[in-house]
Amino acid sequence: MSQVVSLRETYGRTLVELGRENPDIVVLDADLRRSTMTHYFVSEFPDRSFDCGIAEQNMVSIAAGLAASGKIPFASTFAVFIPGRCYDQIRMSIAQPGLNVKLVSTHGGITVGEDGTSHQSVEDLLMACSLPGFTVIVPADATETTQTLRVAAATPGPFYIRLNRPALPLVNDENYRFNLGKAVVLRHGTKATIIAIGVMVAAALEAADNLVREGIDCRVLNMSTLKPVDEPAIIQAAAETGAIVTAEEHLEHGGLGSIVARVLAGHHPVPAEFVAIKDTYARSGKSAELLERYGLSARDIEQAVRTAIKRKP
Amino acid sequence: MEAVAKRLRRHIVSMIGRAGSGHPGGSLSAVEIVSTLYFRVLRHNPSDPAWPERDRFILSKGHAAPLLYATLAECGYFPVEELSTLRQFGSRLQGHTDRTLTPGVEMSAGSLGQGLSFSLGVALAGRLNSRPYRVYVLMGDGECDEGQVWEAAMASAHFKADNLVAIVDRNELQIDGWTCDVMELEPFNEKWQAFGWHVIEVDGHDFAQLIDAFDHAGRVKGQPTVIIARTTKGKGVSFMENNPDFHGKAPSPEQVEIALKELE
Repeated sequence: MSQVVSLRETYGRTLVELGRENPDIVVLDADLRRSTMTHYFVSEFPDRSFDCGIAEQNMVSIAAGLAASGKIPFASTFAVFIPGRCYDQIRMSIAQPGLNVKLVSTHGGITVGEDGTSHQSVEDLLMACSLPGFTVIVPADATETTQTLRVAAATPGPFYIRLNRPALPLVNDENYRFNLGKAVVLRHGTKATIIAIGVMVAAALEAADNLVREGIDCRVLNMSTLKPVDEPAIIQAAAETGAIVTAEEHLEHGGLGSIVARVLAGHHPVPAEFVAIKDTYARSGKSAELLERYGLSARDIEQAVRTAIKRKP
Repeated sequence: MEAVAKRLRRHIVSMIGRAGSGHPGGSLSAVEIVSTLYFRVLRHNPSDPAWPERDRFILSKGHAAPLLYATLAECGYFPVEELSTLRQFGSRLQGHTDRTLTPGVEMSAGSLGQGLSFSLGVALAGRLNSRPYRVYVLMGDGECDEGQVWEAAMASAHFKADNLVAIVDRNELQIDGWTCDVMELEPFNEKWQAFGWHVIEVDGHDFAQLIDAFDHAGRVKGQPTVIIARTTKGKGVSFMENNPDFHGKAPSPEQVEIALKELE
């Protein structure tokens, strides 16, 4: 596998660049600056940084007030706390008025690992996607992280961007250009399509490589913009490959799988399988152990592809 | 000012009566507070609601929307006739405030406890942008049950937001009854002091005291100011005063008639 790079480190460094380019960018934290890596920004722009302490609800509403006054706030904490800990504040202070707040969460999913259930966010994407007007992005690697942050800073309106704790392998080359709302074809294939987000994109590529040896060539789509989702890419994949597998580090309910299923049901029903966490919370463990235990490995994707293909009429 | 207050009270009773639902009690209790701000204190321009230099008034207790709408209409933000559309389908005057619809409304409120945090954000932006505007936020006393209020109280003092003034409409009533029975707030002034605020207590129906308090708040440096305004819920309408039933109940047409007579 290719080089492994931290998305959080990338977030921190990119924020500094954005801060230099645009004086309206401000940063809010909830006592986790060294974990979210916003401390680089804090060092360079102390007057534009606000540590709100361990008070996420307050942080989110302050961000709304800043945005209502022309600032571009980036507010960060762990994905388990934002949006979950401050959902109503996001709903009324940010989503309803459509304010220009960028919520960037780190430590998304179960790969946060040893800290266990209280720190593993498996519902954040369904909450973020439920908010009218929100754009929701799950970058798959550091290259994409930089670009999504730049797009978020330049695009008016509320964003939720979910990053992971562990460093992730690069799945995009240096010429990659992120287009908001456009899925990226990472592998061409004809027998099935794997649609993945975040940490699962690398697993999807691994699965696709393994399946080729069985004579199954899979298309792999990186659906980094979860909302608004790239409906044409899903419909085209269904029409051209006839079977869909989704893969996400999130509960099966309400995440990528649900969104893709809705598009398929409405436009082009084909057999679909969903690789996701099944209605449970995870426990402490190493990232790799947890991905294995909760059904999020490349092998799980491979099996789902075989099942989906078998179900083709 | 007394005449303005009476007009606002008449609007509030008529609007809510016509709408058939709404919150008269907490609108009536804050009439003097809000009218003092709009007619004596705020630098604002009704023909340019987005004027960047304007002082901000943020209604955190969003259920007092009828009071804010009546005040904005009297200031000329929109026609007074529009007040009769309150809560109707298609109206710009929603049941609770909506900053995307109504000229002059700064914040979408109704979910309590968020306004002080939002106002702090507006105050911090003013400082960053070197704009001299001041930020006034009106909260209910029952609203102070919300934990977020105290997160924001702590943060406002921490960030030394001396361009921020909070006003608490201390009418001592909330939906389920007296605040001391539902959730004791006292010692209330001391709580705010302990959180790092400059505290001023006034009779919230006395214009002179309110004007003095806002003037005084403008001279406080290095810390935010809270004005604890002692008020009577339902003020000005005999059968609504101190009556928790009229927190969130509209008067009947007959009651509207009686109320308007009392407010002549």
